[in-house]
Amino acid sequence: MAEHNYSLAELLITASAEAWRGDGEIMATGIGPLPRIGASLAKASFSPLIQTTDSETWYTSEPVPPGKRLAEPELEGMANYDRVFSTLWSGKRHAMVGPVQIDRYGQANISVIGDHKKPKSAMLGARGFPGNSISHPNSFFFPSHNKRAFVAGEVDFVCMAGYNPARYMDGKPPAGLDLRIIVTNLCVMDFGGPDHAIRIKSLHPGVTFEEVQENTDFPIARPEGEIPVTPAPTAEQLALLAELDPNGVRHTVLKDNPPGDRSAAA
Amino acid sequence: MTMATLDKRMTADEIIGQLSDGMTIGIGGWATRRKPMALVRAILRSKLKDLTVVAYGGPDVGMLAAAGKIRKLVFAFVTLDHYPLEPHFRAGRQAGAFEVMELDEGMFHWGLRAAAMKLPFLPTRVGIGTDIINQPGFKFVKSPYEDGETLVAMPALKLDVALIHAHRSDERGNILTLSADPFFDELMVRAADKAFVSVEKIVTTAELDMAVNGRFNLVERSQITGVSEIPFGAHPTSASPDYHLDLKHIKTYVDSAASPEAWSDYRGRFIDIGQDDYAAAVGGAEAIMALPKAIY
Repeated sequence: MAEHNYSLAELLITASAEAWRGDGEIMATGIGPLPRIGASLAKASFSPLIQTTDSETWYTSEPVPPGKRLAEPELEGMANYDRVFSTLWSGKRHAMVGPVQIDRYGQANISVIGDHKKPKSAMLGARGFPGNSISHPNSFFFPSHNKRAFVAGEVDFVCMAGYNPARYMDGKPPAGLDLRIIVTNLCVMDFGGPDHAIRIKSLHPGVTFEEVQENTDFPIARPEGEIPVTPAPTAEQLALLAELDPNGVRHTVLKDNPPGDRSAAA
Repeated sequence: MTMATLDKRMTADEIIGQLSDGMTIGIGGWATRRKPMALVRAILRSKLKDLTVVAYGGPDVGMLAAAGKIRKLVFAFVTLDHYPLEPHFRAGRQAGAFEVMELDEGMFHWGLRAAAMKLPFLPTRVGIGTDIINQPGFKFVKSPYEDGETLVAMPALKLDVALIHAHRSDERGNILTLSADPFFDELMVRAADKAFVSVEKIVTTAELDMAVNGRFNLVERSQITGVSEIPFGAHPTSASPDYHLDLKHIKTYVDSAASPEAWSDYRGRFIDIGQDDYAAAVGGAEAIMALPKAIY
């Protein structure tokens, strides 16, 4: 048990950062503040070679904090959209994205809820999800783990391809499909179950397997033996986060900024 | 004809006069960046209808949707970035007001490239395993080489007209797009039969200083049909480095989706008044020039 206090947001950042552990000179994209700070943390500590951007047009030497910038970042390269497509098609990218729905195959949706022709809710559109999903490693972030997000059957509109053999002519996905981890407010999961089934990797402090399963509308694979607890952020990591997120955006993302260890809060 | 007589200058209304009902129109820029908004507003003031709109969508698509101008939308997203969900686009989609062809961002670029190269399609893996390729209009092609892979044949996105916004031009249609990201405006122009460009400023050819600025010249003048000098023609989207995104105005625009009355009020204040009075209506030239750089 860690002896310092940390928030759930900080736990989710350090858990997200793990997505990029072991990555070399690739483009690291974290969509949304917490995955983005996670990529910053990975770059500032165990994966120094990854490249991050100003979320607009440039690769920067150092991670750019979300929100107000204290200084203009040093630019180290172009990341215009034409270049981003070339990069992602090459496979040299690892994105962590936050879809609205995901299913047991890792298929994900940010386009519509309901019928595509006349949706109940129209969202963004598929964006770059289809190309990302079959070209380079992808991880996922869900701040609210529930059955509206983790759906039965298939997602309403498959924007990101997944491990669903019925969707492929020869039953096999393209070689570039590589789904890595899913970080949620309850746990970390991967695709290490039978036939790439979604499997629990670690439970956040105070969360049970049953609670995760109750909030997921498909069966989750259980690893052998005792399920690990998601490691708490270290004191060094928390100090780094204060530098990487000087505006404190991480404190404002989750409602009421809950503590990372439920049992400590009780 | 000497160079001196090659004059492609037009007014916005003359440009819109070149468009007709049912046309397929590509709109350059990307979401909240470098959209030819003055030309879009001119379309809203016109009687044009039943348009097929092809865009990396932002408020351009939203406004055209709100005004009922769209018969079909070809898109990968429509967003206001800082306000991720475009309210007018959403309302139109949820009412089933127009047909859609939804694409991946890169596929979209691939379709423009096919049209620019006068090819019927370009092969790609993008779309495989998703619902994108289950929409009508997609076919597949098998690699004739040893790999024998089955690929998506992304159809050419042929445009009747492209509308883009750039920073400088001379009278002949030699344009400069000075922002760091040119997006896919070049392909939009090349995919289209006619291309019209609104620019911040028309200057002499010498003032373009091509020896220095050549990399900002996306496309040769033979592809450009007309240019129109419209200062702040991209507002409320950005045309950096000349000026930045007007987030406050974007908020005003978002609020215009609250009710038909709110939209009617927005139209009256910012669209129906015409471009000559536009800058004053949104706070004046000085205020636009002073907008801070938006953080994404």
